Amino acid sequence: MTKQIIVPFGPQHPVLPEPIHLDLVLEDERVVDAIPSIGYIHRGFEKLVEKREFTEYVYIAERTCGICSFIHGATYCQGIEQIMNIEVPERADYLRTIWSEYSRLHSHLLWLGCFADSFGFENLFMAAWRIRERILDVFEQTTGGRVIQGSCKIGGVRRDIANDKLTGMSRDLDSIQKEIEELTTVFLNDDTVRHRTRNIGVLSRDDAYHLGAVGPTARGSGVAIDLRKTGYGAYDRLNVPVITDSCGDCYSRCYVRCKELFTSIDLIQQAITEIPDGPIDVKVTGSPNGEYFMRAEQPRGELVHYLKGNGTKFLVRSRIRTPTLTNIPPLVKMLQGCELADVPVIVLSIDPCISCTER
Amino acid sequence: MGFFEMTKTALKTVLSRPVTILYPYQPAKKTSLTRGHVVQDGSKCISCSICVKKCPSQAILLNKEAKTWQIDRFRCVVCNSCVDTCPTRCLSMDTQYTAPASVQGVEVFTITYVKPPKPEKKEETKE
Amino acid sequence: MKQEQSIIPIDVGQLIGSVEQCRNEGYRLAQIGCTKVGDNSFEVNYSFDKDYVLRNLRITVTAETEVPSITGMYWGAFVYENEMHDLFGIQVKGINIDFKGTFIQTAIKYPFGVTVTKGEKP
Ligand code: SF4
Ligand code: SF4
Repeated sequence: MTKQIIVPFGPQHPVLPEPIHLDLVLEDERVVDAIPSIGYIHRGFEKLVEKREFTEYVYIAERTCGICSFIHGATYCQGIEQIMNIEVPERADYLRTIWSEYSRLHSHLLWLGCFADSFGFENLFMAAWRIRERILDVFEQTTGGRVIQGSCKIGGVRRDIANDKLTGMSRDLDSIQKEIEELTTVFLNDDTVRHRTRNIGVLSRDDAYHLGAVGPTARGSGVAIDLRKTGYGAYDRLNVPVITDSCGDCYSRCYVRCKELFTSIDLIQQAITEIPDGPIDVKVTGSPNGEYFMRAEQPRGELVHYLKGNGTKFLVRSRIRTPTLTNIPPLVKMLQGCELADVPVIVLSIDPCISCTER
Repeated sequence: MGFFEMTKTALKTVLSRPVTILYPYQPAKKTSLTRGHVVQDGSKCISCSICVKKCPSQAILLNKEAKTWQIDRFRCVVCNSCVDTCPTRCLSMDTQYTAPASVQGVEVFTITYVKPPKPEKKEETKE
Repeated sequence: MKQEQSIIPIDVGQLIGSVEQCRNEGYRLAQIGCTKVGDNSFEVNYSFDKDYVLRNLRITVTAETEVPSITGMYWGAFVYENEMHDLFGIQVKGINIDFKGTFIQTAIKYPFGVTVTKGEKP
């Protein structure tokens, strides 16, 4: 038996956007085991719910994550609305969906950039982020915030998008789509990329399902879980295709995300054509009493907001289970048996967002 | 299999101007909705302290005796909650980001509102 | 649109059996979450998902109760169980990767199990 050594990886590592620590057990260059540990940025968001009114907690829920912030806020609001039996106006549903899909575009482009960076393709990284900038511009024009949108509230949305602005956005998307096409061809066809991602970090379908993988990590392994299919928001009125790939390696996960960019664009286009006119919010009275598990699809996978109220202004519990937390066990499985040099690529391939993992 | 897939993108990059801005030497991008920082109009504030209660990060402090309204820019997360809830609309969101600072301090606004004659002023806030 | 979900309260003793049943029926572990419901009384929800239907097994425990680990059936459950231990102080027995309180390190021990009053600096 070869001698085993342990190499610490992270929390500070050039490729990691956020701090996660992995103890890699190596035999020569091969990783035989990986032990993850988090806990560098625990912020106690869930505890804050006891100190803030449930209407204010929207802002806090939104700040759980700096990338899919809008979806966090919207999921929280939808959860509360389910407890309080609030019927949200249709236009608000559609607007939430549009912003959610923009978030997905923004997140996937960001991820593509980081992923390119993880195998040293700096140029591609910049190219991906250049497109992302255009998405952020749309956010800023419609909500006032580039990253933290703050446009969702319980009972609806805080800002409307004028119809001519929506048409403009739709036209803009067409040109964004062209740019994304160019970008994804590189990711999907380029030899360099393929070399670094094919057959790396393979996760079998069974493992993916039983270890609780969600989002593109699961779909890359052929598990078709997409919470948008449950039809929250306006998704029940839109046609949501679920994209899967069967190989379960880093390339598959990249493939799924690349294709999802187009799904998102398509969904926004559908929503823009179908969006009805009408009010954007309803008045909320009373306090939530009850509990609900609200689940939504984030760019990284299934997000669970468990909310429990007791009839006062303060919720008893808000539990946020973010997709990365449940993607950590699959990550450990992927890392077993890989080469040390591939570790950054594999870690990035699950799209880790550690801040929201720890909340 | 593909080779030279990046050529088009690379060429475009070479030929076009940089997309990045040298902030703060060049002004940041702004839109009419951009949430920059909160400003308060002391002449309209009725000291109701709704904004203090509605601020999720407890950045606002209102002193009714001294007639001051102060905001801690380091705490403020620019969420727009106070602007939305202020009954007299004396708070507004400026599109200019606050300048970077290295010491935490509070910005104090004096409330000059005197009771009845409530001037009708134009709104500069969105919504 | 309401998402389908059910909550099934069970005893701690039944936990392993019920989880095993879920595993055999092809459920996927969605999350394990803990809620403080009173002084030294915690609810633990084990959520399982299959075809977008959420089934929650709920046990009510105290900090002294030893909860058996379900990592035998769901290997990935260690993240939640460690989190439960670190944040709420619930004793979970037999986790496959037991961090023994170092998974999430906080200044206050078991922050979610105690009530921190305002002004008290951690
Ligand atoms: S913008 Fe938000 S955080 Fe800032 S003072 Fe107003 S309510 Fe508080
Ligand atoms: S700023 Fe507005 S909300 Fe705040 S005390 Fe003055 S009037 Fe009331």
